[in-house]
Amino acid sequence: MNGAQDLGGMHGFGPVVPEPNEPVFHSEWERRAFALTLAMAMPGAWNIDMSRFARENRPPAEYLAMSYYQVWFAALETMLKQRELVADDEIVAGRSLHAPKPVTRTLTPGDVAQVLYRGAPTERATKSAATFKAGDTVRAKTINPLTHTRLPRYVRGRTGTIERVIGYHVFPDSNALGAGENPQWLYTVRFEGRELWGGDADASVTVSVDAWEPYLERA
Amino acid sequence: MTGHDHHHDHDHSELSETQLRVRALESVLTEKGYVDPAALDLLIETYEKKVGPRNGARVVAKAWTDPAYRARLFKEATSAIAELGYAGRQGEHIVALENTPTQHNMVVCTLCSCYPWPVLGLPPVWYKSAPYRSRAVVDPRGVLKDFGVTLPAATNIRVWDSTAEIRYLVIPLRPGGTEGWSEDKLAELVTRDSMIGTGLAKQP
Repeated sequence: MNGAQDLGGMHGFGPVVPEPNEPVFHSEWERRAFALTLAMAMPGAWNIDMSRFARENRPPAEYLAMSYYQVWFAALETMLKQRELVADDEIVAGRSLHAPKPVTRTLTPGDVAQVLYRGAPTERATKSAATFKAGDTVRAKTINPLTHTRLPRYVRGRTGTIERVIGYHVFPDSNALGAGENPQWLYTVRFEGRELWGGDADASVTVSVDAWEPYLERA
Repeated sequence: MTGHDHHHDHDHSELSETQLRVRALESVLTEKGYVDPAALDLLIETYEKKVGPRNGARVVAKAWTDPAYRARLFKEATSAIAELGYAGRQGEHIVALENTPTQHNMVVCTLCSCYPWPVLGLPPVWYKSAPYRSRAVVDPRGVLKDFGVTLPAATNIRVWDSTAEIRYLVIPLRPGGTEGWSEDKLAELVTRDSMIGTGLAKQP
C-alpha cells in the first residue's frame, strides 16, 4: 500500500539525530510491547508480512505521529482483535472476560533460545530457473496495490541492473494476505542515483533494493 | 515516527496511557494462557543483555585479521557468522558488504526497520525514524554529515535498501596504524554505526 511507511525520498523530516549511549529500550512498556509482539506470533499464528501490513495499514498522519513501539503495539492489538483472541471490552477492563480461544502453540521459557536461534528462513527449494541473470537491465514495474508490497514507490518505473540473483524466497505480497508463501526469485537490483532522482542528483550514489521477480520486467 | 520535540506534559500523559494499555493487554494475554511472562522476560533479557553490536564487532575484527575467514564472510556471510555462534531471528540470510577506499556502503530500511539482529542487536531509534528512512536513499552524504562524517567526493556511495529478508552488515575499512593488533583490541575500534555505514571505525 502507498502508506506513510514508504518513506524513501520524502522531504521535510529534518536531520537524523543520533542519541549518544542510547539504551535498547526507553521505557518499561517498550520492553513489554516488544516481547508481547514476538511471543504472540506463535499462538496468533501470523507471519512477519501480516505483522508489517498491520503496522503500516493506518492513516499516514497517525503512523507518523506514533513512536516506533506505539506502531508495533497498535498492530498487535489489531491482529489480536481480527483473530478474536482478545475483545475490546477486555482491553478496556485489563482482564479476561471471555473464554480463551484454543491455540495450537504458545512460547514457553524453554523455547525462547531455540526459537530465536532458528529464526524464520524465507528461502525455499525450487526446480524453476530464474528469469533474470546478473547484468540484465530491468525496470521496476509501476504497481499500486492496496495491499502489502515491498517495492518502494521511489523505484517504480525506474530502470536498473540485476546485480545478484539472491535465491527463491517467500513472496510477501502473497504471504501478507494469508494466500500462501508463493515463493519467487529474488534479486538485488541496482539503480543509479540519477535514474531515481534526476540529473541534478549526486552522480557518485547508487541505490539497490531487493526485488522479487513479479516486481520486475525486462527493459 | 517523529523525533521532534513534543510539549512535555502532552508527551508525559501519552506515555502513561500507553504504559497502562500495554500492562492491561499483558494481563489479558497472560490470563488467557497465550503468553508466559517468564518467556517475555527472557526475550527482553536476550536483546537487552546478550545480543548487540559487540557481536558484529567480533565478526569485523576477525575479517580484518584472518584472510581465510574474510573470504568465507564475503562468499557466504550467514554461515561464516554462525561460526562465531551468531545466528537466527532477523539474521537468517546475511550479506557482508565490503567498504573499500573507493566505495562506501550504507544500509537502510525505507519501508520499516529491517536490521541484522544477531550481529547488531535491536536498531537504534534514529535507524527507525522518518528522517533516516526518507533521506538515506536520496542524500546519503547529507545523512553522513549528520553523523559528523565527510567522505572524499571521489568515494562512491552505495545505499542498500533492505526491502526483503536479506540483512546487510557493513565491514568498515581497517584503520591504519593497527598492524599486529589482536582481534580483541581491534574489535574495540568497531562501532555500531560503522557496521550500518553511517560511521567509520575509530582511529587508534
